Amino acid sequence: MVQSLENGSNTRNDTSSIVYNTQQLNLWYGNHHALKDINLQIKENEVTAIIGPSGCGKSTYIKTLNRMVELVPTVKTSGKILYRDRNIFDNDYGVEELRTKVGMVFQKPNPFPKSIYDNIAYGPRIHGIKNKKILDQIVEKSLRGAAIWDEVKDRLHTNAYSLSGGQQQRICIARCLAIEPDVILMDEPTSALDPISTLKVEELIQELKQDYSIIIVTHNMQQAARISDKTAFFLNGEVVEFDNTDVIFSTPEDKRTEDYISGRFG
Amino acid sequence: MKYVNHESVVKRMMNRLTINKIFKAIFFFATLFALLALAILFYRIITQGIGYLTPEFFQNFGSRFPAKAGIKAALIGSIWLMFVVAPVSIILGVGTAIYLEEYAKKNRLTDFIRMNISNLAGVPSVVFGLLGLTIFVRALSLGNSVLAAGFTMSLLILPVIIVASQEAIRAVPNDVREASYGMGATKWQTVVKIVLPSAIPGILTGAILALSRAVGETAPLIVIGIPVIIQFLPTGLLSQFTALPMQIYDWAKRPQHDFQFVAAAGILVLMIFLLIMNSIAIFIRNKFSKRY
Repeated sequence: MVQSLENGSNTRNDTSSIVYNTQQLNLWYGNHHALKDINLQIKENEVTAIIGPSGCGKSTYIKTLNRMVELVPTVKTSGKILYRDRNIFDNDYGVEELRTKVGMVFQKPNPFPKSIYDNIAYGPRIHGIKNKKILDQIVEKSLRGAAIWDEVKDRLHTNAYSLSGGQQQRICIARCLAIEPDVILMDEPTSALDPISTLKVEELIQELKQDYSIIIVTHNMQQAARISDKTAFFLNGEVVEFDNTDVIFSTPEDKRTEDYISGRFG
Repeated sequence: MKYVNHESVVKRMMNRLTINKIFKAIFFFATLFALLALAILFYRIITQGIGYLTPEFFQNFGSRFPAKAGIKAALIGSIWLMFVVAPVSIILGVGTAIYLEEYAKKNRLTDFIRMNISNLAGVPSVVFGLLGLTIFVRALSLGNSVLAAGFTMSLLILPVIIVASQEAIRAVPNDVREASYGMGATKWQTVVKIVLPSAIPGILTGAILALSRAVGETAPLIVIGIPVIIQFLPTGLLSQFTALPMQIYDWAKRPQHDFQFVAAAGILVLMIFLLIMNSIAIFIRNKFSKRY
C-alpha cells in the first residue's frame, strides 16, 4: 500500500504518479461558501472515493475537477487544481481540452437519444475521427471495456433508451471510455441503479482501475469500502480526513469521521 | 371520534355526481359551439366558392368582372412572400433563441430581453405594418416590393418563432447537454448534435404556425401599400406584388354580389395553401422524430 497522504500538504512526495493536486481550493455559489481550503492529492491508477453527507460539497468538488461546475452561472473559485502539473484554472487551459482527458459519468444515466453506436461514437466524432473502421473499433473496444459488449453487440443501432437503467449507465461509462481519458470522474454512478446493476458497475470500476484513475463520489459507505483505495471524508465543504480506505473505515483519526462511518449522523 | 361521517357522505353523493354531470355538459357544449361555428363557416365557404374554383380562376389576373376574376397574381405573390419570410424569420428566430438559451449569460439584461420578446408577440400587426412602412418601404427605399413586405412579415412573426424555439430548446433535458460538455464538446457541437435534433420538432411546429399567420395577415400589407389589382407576376424580389389575403379582402368589400363567391373561392385557396404548409411541417417533423 502507498503511504498515507495527510491532506496533501506534504509536497515532498513523488509527484510523478499524482494526477490531481488540489491546493487551497475555495468555491462559492454566489454567497454560499461551498468548498473551503481543499487540499487533496489524487494518485493515478487508484480508486479515490469521496464520501460525506448531502450538501457537504463532494459533488461540487468532483465537478470542479473537470470544471463542469462552471455551468452554474454564479460560481467563483480561488486556489489551484493541478492536473498533471498544470493548473486547470489557467486562462490558456481550455475546458474542452481538459474534458477530453477527464471523462465523467453522471448520477443519472444520461445517454443521448441516439443509437447505442452513435452514443459511443459521439466523443471520437466530436474530436474529429470520421473513419468508419476506426469508429467501429472504438465502439467495440469501449463497449467491451464497459463489460456490456455481449449484451448489446447484436443491436448496436437500436436506441440507447431501449436499454435498462443499469445497461444505460454502462453505456455512459463506455461512452466515456471512447475518448480514452486519463481520469474518470463518477458522480454517484450507482445511486439510480438496482443492486445487481450496482454490483456490475462496481466490478467494472475494479477492472477499469488498471488503466484509469477513478474518482468516485458515493453516498454508499459500503460501496466506498468495497471499491476504493483511498477515501476522502467531506463535511460542510471541508476535507475532514483523507487516507487509505482501510484506515478510514477501521481506525479513523477524526471523531467526526468515526461518527459518520458508524452511522451516528448523515 | 370519527371525523368522516359515512352516512352523510352517501347522502351528498348524488348531489356531487349531479354537479359533475352538469360541468361535463357545459364543457361539451363549449366544444360543440366552436366546432359548429367552424362547420357552418366551412359549409358556407365551400358551397359559395366551389363553383368559382375553375382552372381559369388560377390562370386569370384580377378583374372588374366577377366571372373573369382570377387569383393567379395573389397566389404566386403569396408564394414569393413565403420564400422571403420563411428563411429570414426562421434563421433569425432560431438563431436568437439559440443565443438566448445556450450562449447568453443569465442576468437581468437577458431576462429583460426575453420578457420583451414575449411582449412583442402581442403587438398588433398593424403596428408592424407601420414599422415596415417607415424602415423598409421608405428609409431603405425598397418600395412596396416582395422584399419589403417579406421583411415586415418576418418582423411580425419573429417573436412567435423565437418564443416557440426557446421553449423547444429549454425542453431538451440538461443532463444530455452535460454529457456532451463532459466529453469536451464545444457549445456549438452540443447545440448542433444534441440540442437541435431534439428541439427541431418543436421549433418547426412553432415556425409553421407563425408562417401560417404571415400568409393570412392583411393589415401590415395594407399599411405598406401593397396594391390589389396587378396584371403581372413578380419578376424579382424588388417587384410589386399582391397576396392572397389582400385579394380576398378586396373582393369581399366589392359591391357586386357575385364577388362574394369569388372571395369564398379565394378563401378556399388560402385554406388549401395553409393545409399544404401544415402537411409539410408534419412531414418534416415526423421525419426528424424518427431518427431518434
